[in-house]
Amino acid sequence: METLIIMLIGILVAVATYLILSRNIIRIILGTAVFSHAVHLLILTMGGLKQGNVPLLKEANAPYTDALPQALILTAIVISFAVTAFILVLAYRIYQDIGTDDLDELRGAKDE
Amino acid sequence: MFSINLVILIPFIVAALLPFSFRRFKKNHLGWFVLIVPTVLFVLLARLIPSVADGKTYIHTYEWIPTLDFNFTTYLDGLSMIFALLITGVGSLVILYSIFYLSSKESLQHFYCYLLLFMGAMLGVVFSDNLMVLYVFWELTSVSSFLLIAFWNHRQGSRQGAQKAMLITVSGGIAMLVGFIMLHTMTGSFSIREIIASVSEISDHALFLPAMILILLGAFTKSAQFPFHIWLPDAMEAPTPVSAYLHSATMVKAGIYLVARFTPVFGADEVWFWVVSIVGMITLFWGSFNAVRQTDLKALLAFSTVSQLGLIMSLLGLGSIALQFGYSADSVLYTQATFAALFHLINHSTFKGALFMVVGILDHELGTRDIRRLGGLMALMPFTFTVALIGSLSMAGLPPFNGFLSKEMFFAATVHIMEVDIFSLTSFGIIFPVVAWIASVLTFVYCMIIVFKVFLGKPQPEKLDKPIHEAPIGMLISPMILGALVVGIFFFPNLLGQYILQPAMGSIYPTFGDSAYLTPKISAWHGVKPELLMTIGVIIIGALLYKYLKLWKPFVYGFFPSIFTFNSLYNNLLASSVRNSNIVTNRYMNGLLRHYLVYIFVFFIVTVGSYLLYSRAFSFDISTNASFRVYEVCLVAIMAAAAVSMLFAKSRITATLLNGVLGYSIAIFFVLFRAPDLALTQLVVESVTTALFLLAFSHLPDWKKENLQTRTKLINGIVSVAVGLIVVLIGLSVVDFNQFDSISSYFEDAYELAGGANIVNAILGDFRGFDTMLEVVVLFIAGLGVYSMIKLRTKKEDENIEDQ
Amino acid sequence: MKINDVILRTISRIVVFIILTFGVYLFLSGHNTPGGGFIGGLVLASAIILLYLSTDLETVQKSLPLDFKYVAALGVFLATSTGFGSIIFGVPFMSQTFAYFDLPIFGVTELTTVTIFEAGVALTVVGVLVTIIFSISEDGG
Repeated sequence: METLIIMLIGILVAVATYLILSRNIIRIILGTAVFSHAVHLLILTMGGLKQGNVPLLKEANAPYTDALPQALILTAIVISFAVTAFILVLAYRIYQDIGTDDLDELRGAKDE
Repeated sequence: MFSINLVILIPFIVAALLPFSFRRFKKNHLGWFVLIVPTVLFVLLARLIPSVADGKTYIHTYEWIPTLDFNFTTYLDGLSMIFALLITGVGSLVILYSIFYLSSKESLQHFYCYLLLFMGAMLGVVFSDNLMVLYVFWELTSVSSFLLIAFWNHRQGSRQGAQKAMLITVSGGIAMLVGFIMLHTMTGSFSIREIIASVSEISDHALFLPAMILILLGAFTKSAQFPFHIWLPDAMEAPTPVSAYLHSATMVKAGIYLVARFTPVFGADEVWFWVVSIVGMITLFWGSFNAVRQTDLKALLAFSTVSQLGLIMSLLGLGSIALQFGYSADSVLYTQATFAALFHLINHSTFKGALFMVVGILDHELGTRDIRRLGGLMALMPFTFTVALIGSLSMAGLPPFNGFLSKEMFFAATVHIMEVDIFSLTSFGIIFPVVAWIASVLTFVYCMIIVFKVFLGKPQPEKLDKPIHEAPIGMLISPMILGALVVGIFFFPNLLGQYILQPAMGSIYPTFGDSAYLTPKISAWHGVKPELLMTIGVIIIGALLYKYLKLWKPFVYGFFPSIFTFNSLYNNLLASSVRNSNIVTNRYMNGLLRHYLVYIFVFFIVTVGSYLLYSRAFSFDISTNASFRVYEVCLVAIMAAAAVSMLFAKSRITATLLNGVLGYSIAIFFVLFRAPDLALTQLVVESVTTALFLLAFSHLPDWKKENLQTRTKLINGIVSVAVGLIVVLIGLSVVDFNQFDSISSYFEDAYELAGGANIVNAILGDFRGFDTMLEVVVLFIAGLGVYSMIKLRTKKEDENIEDQ
Repeated sequence: MKINDVILRTISRIVVFIILTFGVYLFLSGHNTPGGGFIGGLVLASAIILLYLSTDLETVQKSLPLDFKYVAALGVFLATSTGFGSIIFGVPFMSQTFAYFDLPIFGVTELTTVTIFEAGVALTVVGVLVTIIFSISEDGG
């Protein structure tokens, strides 16, 4: 199962990288979103999969699955949501002010 | 107990407080308040003179980074005492002088803040025993000097002079740092005292010579030795109190201090002897040679300072030869060069300080420092003239002033060195007295220029903007005190020798037993000896040369075209480095974000990938894997398909929905992998994110087909696949890694430790509450960012409409 | 953008309350079962967003006359102040404590300072989320 998930993570990362390398801002934002999905899965997989019960002490018996990656991911989900929201708004403000969503057209002066 | 560490810290503390407290001193000049600091420190240190003269030293250590051997250790001995007294003593006089020099309209809080910063840093340099701490203070003096030179930062000359001084001294400082690290590699210690104690073990080490050269580079750049002297004349753009303080009395002597301090370490080496004394000699000559042709009084003094620093440096080099012979009754023959160096160091501070202040008075009262516009000031500015006369004659080496004594000792030392029969000095040694004599003649000439051209002759009021008048008494106090010292030291030199110089000799020659035998008795008259004849020769030839200055000056100086100076070398170097780095940077910084990202990804692939291969960290073992079911495989397949089809999505809505598919599938995985909290969060966040995307789309244009070149697409594809591959390799290796136990078992006691049965929640709220708190702050900042990006712009648009 | 969505509006009015209740439940139960500040906050926020999607901005602002920026700020303040609160009692920053009390009606109940912290988290999440969504949709929507 771990190997399978890691393969999936590899695919997600490759897709995300390709999206991030494109010119359109929306594609880049989507790329970062896919990237964070991949990373969440990666963190979870690193803790080992299906090696215990739900980490709720009253509801289940030992052994419990590793709770630390879950806590980390929970934080990561919220942060990545905040970042996504921020750059989405940034993108649309850029479009309003400059009139393009193409990164190549956004580049600064040549000698800067 | 009174701690030396405190002496260093007090100026910094006061400097930090100044910006807050200067408003209280609106009525009085801020300088009066600042003046207290160096005066108190001077008195505190002066009280220690008797005990230091008895050979007592004060060591105090605060541990800073003990694991790296960085300790804030202060060490007060004879050598640091001389410098500390100079720093605080001249510091007090300079601040007193500056009260009348700078008007209250200048940004005084900045000026005094920098000045105190410098004072603390300089005290740190001379008191630090730990090389790393010394280095930090060393660079701090460069920084504060930069700020002070550029104090009138609206002038281009000030800025350029500051930059030049900074670049040269800091690059020397970095060389010195490397030298320090080499010393640490050899001895295993950063403490100067410990390094001196282990000298015998390192003198054959391969790094010994490089370390010596690098440390000397630091000292030479700081003390403006040839060919690094070019920054000092440009540094004269600073306000005159700064020039008097930093660029003649203290900071430029830091290099001298370093050479003196390291004499016990490197002094026994032949290279040290030759490099230090020859560089000193060249600087001595070149400085005096250039001083004669200057028309700006301050530039003249700058070159004269360069020359005098060279004199002190060469004396230290000559004195190091005593280490060749070991301690004996004859040691004093050679150590007196070092003694003369220390003696001249003090003398130079007194007479040069006085002269700088005189020039400052002329500049301040008459509005010019150009020799061609001045003349005949003697009758109208009698006090200023007296001080200038005392300073100039002392610098020229005439009695009854202290310069005479140290100049005589200097001549004596150069004559002695000819008689030493090592390092083939019997054949080459003759250059020392010859160069010393020529340079002294030139020194005599420019001293006469100061006295005669400025103060004697015909007054030229028509060339001045202001009427000639004597300076206010406050401005005269400091130079007069220094002038009195110049005369006083001549009559009672042995008081200074016994209490101040002798303990310092003990620090420079720690292996030589009782320092009392290293100290010669200073006397003005010691019979007709070569040095006296040399002085008489200087006066006669110097007077002749001055008389016929007009005849030979254009001829000699016309010889050197300005293209071949070190100044133009520096300028060209600076200009070309700016130009070339622009060219190089523009080559890869082309403004395309995509390219930058490619650099980052390629760097990641290359470094991480090659390290993975190099360290053979990659491992792959499928046997420990958990089992999987058919529907799980289906889910993986769905996600992979969704991800890949995102690349080919025709519309942005499709792509966003596919992203949603990924998110919801991950939520299902969270359920399968026993993470209910995550599943819940992921579900909600995914919904909100998708809603957010859709909302934002109503403001954004539909996405156009990307018409990238095939080559670009290919590169992007390769990079993406490689990144994915590296992640897979890392993932597989890490999953297989089992060399440490997991720390997570600790959290399974959550119910006892935190009173919560939900471990994940207990970690978030309790064990790692700090992370969660900061996360909340980040979230809040993002929210505010979004809000202000949208709302603040609306206001701006309104304003624009109003403008129309 | 007025669409004829009677069904959506009718249902969402009921559903919103269910979601709100669920959110509060999740928030409170987070200590021992799945839930907690983040999730509770997210669910509460999504209820408000659903309300907005089914009606319009004015309706939401009328029924919930709150400035959500201040809600978020209050949340951050709560979360950080519980951290500093522990300093006052002489224990390290961010230390939380808990105790059991025998309250009437509720029986033996556990009261912890984490709850205050979690409340801060939840308020921040609600405030930020709603602020973001509202600012975007207000802007020329």
